[in-house]
Amino acid sequence: MLPFQLNIQNLSKSYHGRCIWKGLNLTLSSGRIYCLMGPSGIGKTTLFRILLGLEQADSGSFFLSPSQQERLTAVFQEDRLCEAFSPLDNIMAAAGKALSKDRAIAELCRLLPSESITRPVCTLSGGMKRRTAILRSLLAPSCGILMDEPFTGLDENTKYQVIEYIKEKAGQRLLLISTHQEEDVELLEGILLRPFEEFAAK
Amino acid sequence: MSQPFLRKGGILLFWAAVWQAAAFMIDNSILFVSPIDVIRAFLSLIPSSDFWISIGCSFGKISMGFLGAFFSGMAAGAVAYRFPLFREFAEPVILLIKSIPVASFVILALIWIGSQNLAVFISFLVVFPILYENTIAGLENTDQGLLEMAQVFSFSPMRKLRFIYLPSVLPYVTVGCRIGLGMSWKSGIAAEVIGVPSHTIGENLYMAKIYLSTGDLFAWTIVIIFVSTCFEKLFLLLLQKGVRLCFRFS
Repeated sequence: MLPFQLNIQNLSKSYHGRCIWKGLNLTLSSGRIYCLMGPSGIGKTTLFRILLGLEQADSGSFFLSPSQQERLTAVFQEDRLCEAFSPLDNIMAAAGKALSKDRAIAELCRLLPSESITRPVCTLSGGMKRRTAILRSLLAPSCGILMDEPFTGLDENTKYQVIEYIKEKAGQRLLLISTHQEEDVELLEGILLRPFEEFAAK
Repeated sequence: MSQPFLRKGGILLFWAAVWQAAAFMIDNSILFVSPIDVIRAFLSLIPSSDFWISIGCSFGKISMGFLGAFFSGMAAGAVAYRFPLFREFAEPVILLIKSIPVASFVILALIWIGSQNLAVFISFLVVFPILYENTIAGLENTDQGLLEMAQVFSFSPMRKLRFIYLPSVLPYVTVGCRIGLGMSWKSGIAAEVIGVPSHTIGENLYMAKIYLSTGDLFAWTIVIIFVSTCFEKLFLLLLQKGVRLCFRFS
């Protein structure tokens, strides 16, 4: 994969007449981990939704240059797993042909107890579901991953384990991770972004 | 394990005793039969081949109508969800089917298709709207968040169907089946009593009415309850097995 940039230019969004942010500019490079911080309700999730194509910005644009074949995937704020299926099924369904079953099992076992990977997701604990959602985003083919508060519901040790795994699997992809904890930025060796500061002041 | 079983058995025995006592006091085998009379009627039915043929015929027809409605109701529901215009056009027809009394349909069906396949038609008509509406309700209740997830991870339509739509529809369809199974039997038999097709349970009920043989009526009623319960349990079991097969992907 060739290096690329994600350019966000002059992006504006308002909800019910209330302006969330106006003229947001960001340039992000592939192969790096960015940590997005800012108080709740500032529009981090909205930015992710726009970048994923789930919502339209009022004005402005964003693009990848050079443009990429593969798309952006995500860890949503909620887990959004198919509850009746096992973690293995969830990951295979999202990754498609790019991932063999043996490799999927091997990767799942790195973060989950092996007995849990063939159980229906609805029988798993909150933390296990979260890890499954993180695994899904990392194992599906993509050029970049947006993670919306991925560490909620994970205990300290699991979080360290997950962070190491993310760093290992990120590769040349672009990672944008929103978080509320300064500590995470250091652990991820990420680049801190606070693009919403000026809008919050208003 | 055996404690609740004994308890239930005891309660049943108690009511059988009450029934027997009531029959003893009324002392009229047309107005009110005793459990012993019913057992006697039952025993006299079992050896006759007509008894088994009637059960087989009614069972075949009613389950055929039900299965037809099960598959076509789900298919039509899916089409209606996908194409709102189809749904708008179908709306008055479904409403009509639901509001017309079964007895009117039976007489209409007698004129149209005769009595032999009456029960197929009637059980189909009763079950179809239930499955149709429950399928739509299930699809409408699909988790929007999961659909967005499928969009982000580029799920194919087949994958979306299997991983998102099917699990969302299944509880609704199962409830629809539970209701529909009971109703298909009740309405199917009622249609047979009106149309009197030969070699059916309905015909036998009709004969019991003509000859005022309350014992036979009770015996046949027990048969209907038994066969329909068996069919219901069997169908729901198969449905569950099918579902489990669906949910095992890798």
